Amino acid sequence: MPARLALALAILETLLWARRIRPLRQPSATAAAASHPSPFDALPPRRAGAGRATPDHKVPFRIAAIRQRLFPPHWGALPARTRVAAGAGAAIGGLSRLLGRGGGSVVGGRATLAIDPHALRHLALGHAVVLVSGTNGKTTTTSLLRAGLSTTGPVVTNLLGANLPAGVAAALAAGPPGAPAALEVDEAWLKTVADDTAPEVVVLLNLSRDQLDRNNEVRRLSSAWRSALADRPGTTVVANADDPLVVWGAAAAAEVVWVGAGQPWTADASGCPKCGSRIAFDAAGWACSSCDLCRPALDVNIEDGQVVSIDGWSVSLDMALPGRCNQANAALALTAAVRLGADPGRAMGAMASTEEVVGRYRTVDAGAVDARLLLSKNPAGWLEVFDMLAPPPAPVVVAINARIADGMDPSWLWDVPFELLAGRQVVATGERSADLAVRLHYAEIEHTRVPDLIVAIREAGHYAAGLEQQGSGAHGRRRPTIDVVANYTPFQELRSRLGRR
Amino acid sequence: MSASGGAAGIVLLYPDLLGTYGDSGNATILAQRLRWRGRPAEVVTVLAGDPVPASADFYVVGGGEDLPQSLAARQLGAVQGYGPLHRAVDAGAAVLAVCAGLQILGTSFVGPDGIRAEGLGLLDCASVQGPGQRAVGEMVVEPDPSLGMPVLTGYENHGGVTTLGNGARPAGRVRSGVGNGDGTDGAVSGRVIGTYLHGPVLARNPALADHVLSSVLGPLEPLDDRDSDALRVERLAAARGLASASAPSTPARGLLGRALRRG
Repeated sequence: MPARLALALAILETLLWARRIRPLRQPSATAAAASHPSPFDALPPRRAGAGRATPDHKVPFRIAAIRQRLFPPHWGALPARTRVAAGAGAAIGGLSRLLGRGGGSVVGGRATLAIDPHALRHLALGHAVVLVSGTNGKTTTTSLLRAGLSTTGPVVTNLLGANLPAGVAAALAAGPPGAPAALEVDEAWLKTVADDTAPEVVVLLNLSRDQLDRNNEVRRLSSAWRSALADRPGTTVVANADDPLVVWGAAAAAEVVWVGAGQPWTADASGCPKCGSRIAFDAAGWACSSCDLCRPALDVNIEDGQVVSIDGWSVSLDMALPGRCNQANAALALTAAVRLGADPGRAMGAMASTEEVVGRYRTVDAGAVDARLLLSKNPAGWLEVFDMLAPPPAPVVVAINARIADGMDPSWLWDVPFELLAGRQVVATGERSADLAVRLHYAEIEHTRVPDLIVAIREAGHYAAGLEQQGSGAHGRRRPTIDVVANYTPFQELRSRLGRR
Repeated sequence: MSASGGAAGIVLLYPDLLGTYGDSGNATILAQRLRWRGRPAEVVTVLAGDPVPASADFYVVGGGEDLPQSLAARQLGAVQGYGPLHRAVDAGAAVLAVCAGLQILGTSFVGPDGIRAEGLGLLDCASVQGPGQRAVGEMVVEPDPSLGMPVLTGYENHGGVTTLGNGARPAGRVRSGVGNGDGTDGAVSGRVIGTYLHGPVLARNPALADHVLSSVLGPLEPLDDRDSDALRVERLAAARGLASASAPSTPARGLLGRALRRG
């Protein structure tokens, strides 16, 4: 079917659907403004909230709720084309959800942008936008930023990882008007999204090799960030001073707040992004051996478990999330939240209590054992994961796929120092467990291969139980918790299969 | 010939310039396959700007981004026409070069900027940028009979087209994938082997690893390669599946259907 005909059908479908559920009377503006549920949220409970003295009770409640979601009153300020586009997007997104085809924000946002290519620009108006980009930690940092900003009121966000323009548009269309927006953006799309949303703050985390078959040039991303951030006087960049590729990209901005967030993976930045000469890394930072590019003076630092700003505030980093990288993510998110007016102490309090991020770091029931789900998609991510794992001899499940969303080429496994898993049994799983098994073989790590994810976790549970019988288990008499490290699509599969238990 | 204290020397050349696609694994694999046979082996990593030892037994060059490729070629003496790698090859060392590595070992190559650069001339082949899209995907190569090994499997990701002269044979004929662009893949000349196969290539093809090692050290006893064998079976089946799936093209079922499947 030609694409244009399909689009026309989709719009027709939308209009018919919207018409069918039009309520008998307009809901009052105050009632609508009182709550702005996302079109993608579950329906609210049947009982209307106290003080909702509106004519809504005369129409079936669900119809009113659905209609309010499809055409929220705050869209009144938008151009007609954007309104139709956003309505179609919400309807198609909702349809996608009803059919169980996922979160719906990507397909809905795509429809929105197909109908009105400038929708993102209109939808972003009135929001104080913060964009979060980088190779690793986008979703976690956006989640922490959302938590920090929520101390000041409602926040718009695209937490399900829908980080291309379509997902960003869907999030803005769904969110309360005028609320600050914490939006993660794919690192290759920063310029497009920044041009449309005119962000107040851009948070830049790190850049490293990822998805080898697509992003085959990390340096090109750094240069693209430069052009995205130059000539943008209203934007403050909050950037990781410890990653030379980030610094080169961020330094083009008019105002940069440099955060000493660390970057253990340096293999992609050994050549200077400015002149190509060798970059020397040491305990104090890094500097190019030939040109003037070096680690900038820090505005925000992490010292002895505290985030310390040269603006005079400092707060304790007492995170529920594990790992060095999440302290770094928190320092960057906090700096951005403070920039938008949040109180450092209160914002950190909200961030510190974040225990999971869209399933990451969550412990779930996997039958006879519990599984702690960790996401790691590339060598730099893996370097951060090693220090989150339960100590040896605790077994580990590693799940690897190589679908489009993972990158079709899993040869990055050879850049991960899996030798660090010595002393444990590793259960290799996922669609590319055979590639992983060869890597583990050459790293001389004890391993078995169990292609099914859940069976693999059960298998690791047997090893953990065996350790306990020998008295060397780290878990005492408790039910064992198995660390499961997965790249993107096996992680999603684990979430959906274990989430239902 | 040895690097130090009787250990076989394996030089991993410029992983900072040519290390994007996990090809450093080839050095890890060569070293382990020697150690498992009771022969000490040492991997020496040479970064850009560092001197290249000419006395090692094995040299491994990987694939990488387009611009550092020219820098790597210059540092290996492409302009002077004779450098440490030439000395090593003349002294009997073996070289395994992948993708961009294959191109810089040839007589010349053209980067995406359209500028022709001198290669090292260790392989009689010349590379240019292909006219079409990058070649990205699974590749299967029927190796040249002189190599005496089973079919080669790997993953290619390049925009280059490579033409061989009379002084080199191809590493093999392409069964599926693109390779050099004329139905062949790579180039072989003496102990110097070039290919477009990533994966890394030696992880999927232990026979090629032992061929490289034996070309310097003589016959070697077999090893337990069950993990690699399982991977080979799986990847060769996947390549066959891809080849048959691409023959009759299924028309997409409209924008909404496609969008829903992705959403």
